[in-house]
Amino acid sequence: MAAHPKTLSVWAIALLLLLPPNHPITKSLNHQITQSPNHQITQSPNHQIRRIISLVPAVTEMLYAIGAGPRIVAVSSYDTYPPEVKKLPNVGALLDPNVERILSLKPDLVIVYGSQTDLMQQLARASIGVFDYRHAGLADVTSTIRTLGERTGDGAAAEALSQRIERGLDAIRQKLKGRPRPRTLLVFGRERLALRGIYASGGIGFLNDMLEVAGGTNVFAEVRMQAVQASTEQILAKRPDVVLETRATNSAFPIGDRDAELSVWKTLASVPAVRNGRVLFLFDDRIVIPGPRVVEGTEVMAKALHPDLFK
Amino acid sequence: MTLARRFARTLIGFGALTIATLLVAPLVGPTAINLRRVFDFSVPFRDNTDAQIFFVARLPRTLAGACVGALFAAAGVVFQGLLRNPLATPFTLGVSTGAALGAVLAITFNWSVGFAGISAVPVAAFAGSLVAVVIVYALAQARHRGLSTTVLLLAGVTMNAFFSALVLFVQYFASFADTYRTLRWLMGDLDVSSYQPILAALPTTVAAFLIFAWLARPLNLLSLGPDSAESRGLDVTRAQRAAFFSASLATGAAVSIGGPIGFVGIIIPHLVRLIVGPDHRLVLPAATLFGAAFLVGCDLVARTILAPVELPVGIITALIGGPFFLWLLIRRP
Repeated sequence: MAAHPKTLSVWAIALLLLLPPNHPITKSLNHQITQSPNHQITQSPNHQIRRIISLVPAVTEMLYAIGAGPRIVAVSSYDTYPPEVKKLPNVGALLDPNVERILSLKPDLVIVYGSQTDLMQQLARASIGVFDYRHAGLADVTSTIRTLGERTGDGAAAEALSQRIERGLDAIRQKLKGRPRPRTLLVFGRERLALRGIYASGGIGFLNDMLEVAGGTNVFAEVRMQAVQASTEQILAKRPDVVLETRATNSAFPIGDRDAELSVWKTLASVPAVRNGRVLFLFDDRIVIPGPRVVEGTEVMAKALHPDLFK
Repeated sequence: MTLARRFARTLIGFGALTIATLLVAPLVGPTAINLRRVFDFSVPFRDNTDAQIFFVARLPRTLAGACVGALFAAAGVVFQGLLRNPLATPFTLGVSTGAALGAVLAITFNWSVGFAGISAVPVAAFAGSLVAVVIVYALAQARHRGLSTTVLLLAGVTMNAFFSALVLFVQYFASFADTYRTLRWLMGDLDVSSYQPILAALPTTVAAFLIFAWLARPLNLLSLGPDSAESRGLDVTRAQRAAFFSASLATGAAVSIGGPIGFVGIIIPHLVRLIVGPDHRLVLPAATLFGAAFLVGCDLVARTILAPVELPVGIITALIGGPFFLWLLIRRP
């Protein structure tokens, strides 16, 4: 197959995911991830930011939540929240940013993914400010909000929002203190109507952190990767008490397919989650987008894991 | 040595290797299981984790590996014989790229409706391979009486490129997660978690191998060139047609089970020829058996080497197969 830029970047990501957890590259990545994200500042911070473009849905939500929403002039093709974004022009996304459109909108700050190095260089050449972002842990949501607020001149609102999120997460932790923690398999992708190509959360990243706050223990906690391809054998051997299948709202299983999707798990009859009817579907953007709605997302998870406590 | 004795020796040698691999593979894995517990039928199956790991996870996976390996290796032999080109693989004529297009469509557009209880991706992959086979055949047939292998090769290579472009085109509209799943499908995966994909591919597999058995002698004659083969009484067009369709269907069946796992279809035929010589009556059964053993072995490595994480089996086939093949090439006197 001919090399295509999109294929290449996907390959690069795939290769990184394949590296063993103790590999120096993986280590350095994890290091970068567990530290607060590395924000490149290519512009003096006290410059007034008036025209923002966000290519990252999670950061778009953060910008709206700290009151910078009205200054956003364009978003990515994946953005759907808050509903106002649907009226904004879209300038591509992670793999296909439209540089020409971005430049023509004359932004003074562009939010990009940390992996979009070409785009960052192009923007730097055009002297446009860049804020680079990577998905990381739950703690990085609030640290990103704080850095972002300082950058856009909404520091006070960002601080208030961050504290609200931290208090919200703490409240969930407090509520679940001392409760038994079900061993949970957190699936975020698989083939339809088959237990093939199952992707689950590993022991790092916001999904894993949310699961921990929500009072569960990740069965893949020891795997230092954000995504694990879980084989049938591993699932049988790990014996999770609960299987949470989470997807973005627009990837939800159609209502008519849900019984069939549930019954594919019956092959693994010895798994406690399957036996006790605790394979649960959570189709909720608040879980899969690590933005300001993480508290609500974590609450949804907690309700699924501890239904008796949230009546 | 007579052919019968060489045939028996080949079959026993490679057969023993394959059987040994098939016996060992389900016993080894990232989890330690207790064999006595596996076959302890006094415990209900749904309560017996060891038995479930053995019968639900490992056995179907081993069988899938054996089927896919045998199909790719034998199809590789037939394609190399048909095209009289040592570089031909089961993927040369666009069959696997057609299958990839089917799979990518099923993944990207979230098709859930399969066929007879099989999920959509394998069905779409097999359908895609059939489309590719029909198009390539029609092209090779169009302006020639009989089948032109040159046109076949050119049409196949072109369709490969064309389908690749379509795959990228569809991927362009996919979400990031779907793109990753597609990519992962392209690397091959034998964790089938049920016997359904294997059973679904079984009729095609049996038919393909029956034709392969008949093809051994015609392929020997074809290796002399179509004209000499014709003068020795071979219906060349019929043989070529049989070779093309059987090997293509075999490839389609294998891809529907495990995805386009590379390298098996090119390395195993050559390896086997280095050992038993060029006679297709020996090469075909030997490649079938050795292909099965090789892929099951590679999958064993893939699922244990970085446990609890798994490597895609396609990476292992190339990593193990490549250097081993080069060593054989150099070592040969």
